[in-house]
Amino acid sequence: MVAVKKLVLDVLKPHQPNALEFSSRLAEVGADYRVHLTVIEVDEHTETLRVVINGQTLDFDAIQAAIKTLGGSLHSIDEVEVFSEGGSG
Amino acid sequence: MNPLQEARFLLRITRTQGIVRRYFVVNGFDGALTMLGLITGFSVSAPASPSLIISACLGAGIALGVSGVSSAYVSESAERRRALEELQMAMGTDLGDSFHGRAARWVPMLIALVNGLAPLVISLLILIPLWLAEAGLELPFAPLSASIAIALLLIFLLGVFLGRISGVSWWLSGFKTLLIALVTATLITLIAGD
Repeated sequence: MVAVKKLVLDVLKPHQPNALEFSSRLAEVGADYRVHLTVIEVDEHTETLRVVINGQTLDFDAIQAAIKTLGGSLHSIDEVEVFSEGGSG
Repeated sequence: MNPLQEARFLLRITRTQGIVRRYFVVNGFDGALTMLGLITGFSVSAPASPSLIISACLGAGIALGVSGVSSAYVSESAERRRALEELQMAMGTDLGDSFHGRAARWVPMLIALVNGLAPLVISLLILIPLWLAEAGLELPFAPLSASIAIALLLIFLLGVFLGRISGVSWWLSGFKTLLIALVTATLITLIAGD
């Protein structure tokens, strides 16, 4: 089984909810998620973010759904770290 | 998130807490001043039965409540829709399923409710002495005078609330709104009095 340990995402979001609230809600998606958010660019209505999420087993679909619910839009997956656990396949 | 937390979150992301506060004070003040005007008018004219005064005041309070709900809903839903469309244009995506979409649907209702309930609840509070008198309770003061006193107290408290929000002296702000109420009552007494 392959577990996703780290994701680096390029996300566009409205100014609200703010970066702190946005990252806190993403962290709430999993019990051990650690979120590091950097605001790359600020426009009149939007902000471009670099979001780094670490965890034992990241649920990408749940993370994507949370970003959408918060009004954000996932532009790209810029970096991924995955581990193969158990079985040689 | 429980409903109260979600309501606060939606107000925060739409930055409408200030609008809710403003509507509460403005329409609450309207309600209190309308009741003060009606009751002062009754107290300086030919004696009327408490039930007649209650009916007239309740009618005005309900009308203010319905007017508050409908006017705020119509204007705020248009504002929220426009804000959502602007945001969707900037994001280049449909935000209907996001908190922003939910806010565009719920925030106008929330604001409308505050705008309507503020004058209605304040009117009902002012009418309490009249209701007690109507129910046959012996009051230490005349019911009309007690209602006027409650109206003045609530108007003072609205001023205090405004003072605390704006960070100015709460008693000065309360005194200003109280002064407006006293001028109103004096004008009514002079103009409508026998």
